[in-house]
Amino acid sequence: MKNRDPQIKPSEITSEGNYLKRRELLAASGFALAAFAGLPSLSTAAVKELKTVSGPFSTDEAPNSWEDITTYNNFYEFGLGKEDPYRNAQDFRTSPWTVKVHGECDKPGDYNLEDLVKPHALEDRIYRHRCVEAWSMVVPWVGIPLGDMLKRFAPNSQAKFVKFKTLLDPKQMPGQRSRNLDWPYVEGLTMAEAMHPLTLMAVGLYGKSLPNQNGAPLRLVVPWKYGFKGIKSIVDIEFTERQPRNSWQVSIPSEYGFYANVNPEVDHPRWSQARERRIGAGLFAAKQETLMFNGYAEQVASLYDGLNLRRNY
Amino acid sequence: MKQQNFKLLKAGLFLLCLLPLGKLMLEAFGIAGLSLGANPVEELIHRNGIWGLNFLLITLAITPLRKLTGRVWLLRLRRMFGLFTFFYICLHFLVYAGLDQRFNLRFIVEDVIERPYITLGMTALLLLIPLAITSTNGMMRRLGKRWQKLHRLVYVIGILGVWHFFWQVKLDITEPLIYIAILVLLLGFRLVVVWRQARKSRQSAATGKPEHAHTANAG
Repeated sequence: MKNRDPQIKPSEITSEGNYLKRRELLAASGFALAAFAGLPSLSTAAVKELKTVSGPFSTDEAPNSWEDITTYNNFYEFGLGKEDPYRNAQDFRTSPWTVKVHGECDKPGDYNLEDLVKPHALEDRIYRHRCVEAWSMVVPWVGIPLGDMLKRFAPNSQAKFVKFKTLLDPKQMPGQRSRNLDWPYVEGLTMAEAMHPLTLMAVGLYGKSLPNQNGAPLRLVVPWKYGFKGIKSIVDIEFTERQPRNSWQVSIPSEYGFYANVNPEVDHPRWSQARERRIGAGLFAAKQETLMFNGYAEQVASLYDGLNLRRNY
Repeated sequence: MKQQNFKLLKAGLFLLCLLPLGKLMLEAFGIAGLSLGANPVEELIHRNGIWGLNFLLITLAITPLRKLTGRVWLLRLRRMFGLFTFFYICLHFLVYAGLDQRFNLRFIVEDVIERPYITLGMTALLLLIPLAITSTNGMMRRLGKRWQKLHRLVYVIGILGVWHFFWQVKLDITEPLIYIAILVLLLGFRLVVVWRQARKSRQSAATGKPEHAHTANAG
């Protein structure tokens, strides 16, 4: 596995056409599987084709299958099991969708999803995804650099952090009916992290709009951080002066912090973070070494100069 | 129960106890459209562990069931359930050690030392070994009264096993709490029995009546 630099050859990125071919195959095999297992078919009616351009920073590692990415999810709003989001999110309504933008900025307001997305080109970005539970995937996201989107709201000099919230709707999100976490889900980034060119506001994967179970219609992707930082189904963006308290930190402060940078040297109190299991590698595959900042150290390590990463986990 | 019927019952139960393994095998090899899901190693570890705990609780339920129903033949099933506990816990460990850690001794030792829930689980497994070894009729005879004492270790194993489960859960503790509740019930039953016997023997000592010849044990 190579550590990629931002300048990659276009030929190394899987083309949309290849996605689609792969996608057709997967849909066919997925259908056969679903017929056997009694699961609803993997082809989701709500998923639309997107027009995309290649973006920078993509890895040349093979992306996980559509099936793995859309049936193995942590999205506690739809249940605690890995397949629960796939089962329970199919009827989730993502249109119309409004995002409230407020706090330390000059252009607050309630923005329609279309208005948020339309001014930007949608970029394909194949990123490694490392869960705090020590498994990983490679996901071909489609999205907008978060910084480009945030600039339009004209954050002012008081804005030191960005705080995001997921939709709160226990009627549609059965997981919110039990108090596993303090709903709605909250996540946050420093302004420097939010404006970093790697940070993505994702609206799709594999050239298609995001399936509901992956955080439709709008989710955060911060590839050098553990997956739980990637807040899903965002309805609220707030520029703040003080560091937001993210949901996992509120829930179990001894195990989850604000930064949650992927770091093989700082273990979770109950398990090792030194290695990870690549989803889809099969029953007999060895785990692989976890890379500092999930392999994006070259791009982001400087953001944390002078910060004690052991204390600021 | 007639000997014939008991044999049939035991054979049937033996096959039932193998069903979880059968299903895991079908899933592991993708037979009949079954699968272990996207993270098969974790699924195998988890499911074998759960079945180990299930059989442990079933084993611990035999004595209370016998006392409550008076059906002595239940006791003759206990060893089988105990050995199935050992069997599924061994599979649980082998999948962890082999598929997850690739039999890398350094990683395994590190885990046992540094991860408290693995320390608990490993202790429980090690304690199960002498119980499995001494489960034969010959060993029971040879050890006599000491056999009973030794096999009381199963209470400790129960506590360690359920605690191990509780500690590895990420957020939702509902499932381990159910196991804890059942274990508390099963061990509590024995405490009540011991306490009542102690009271009875105190009373009989006070009234000067001779004590019962065979002091029942908590089992």
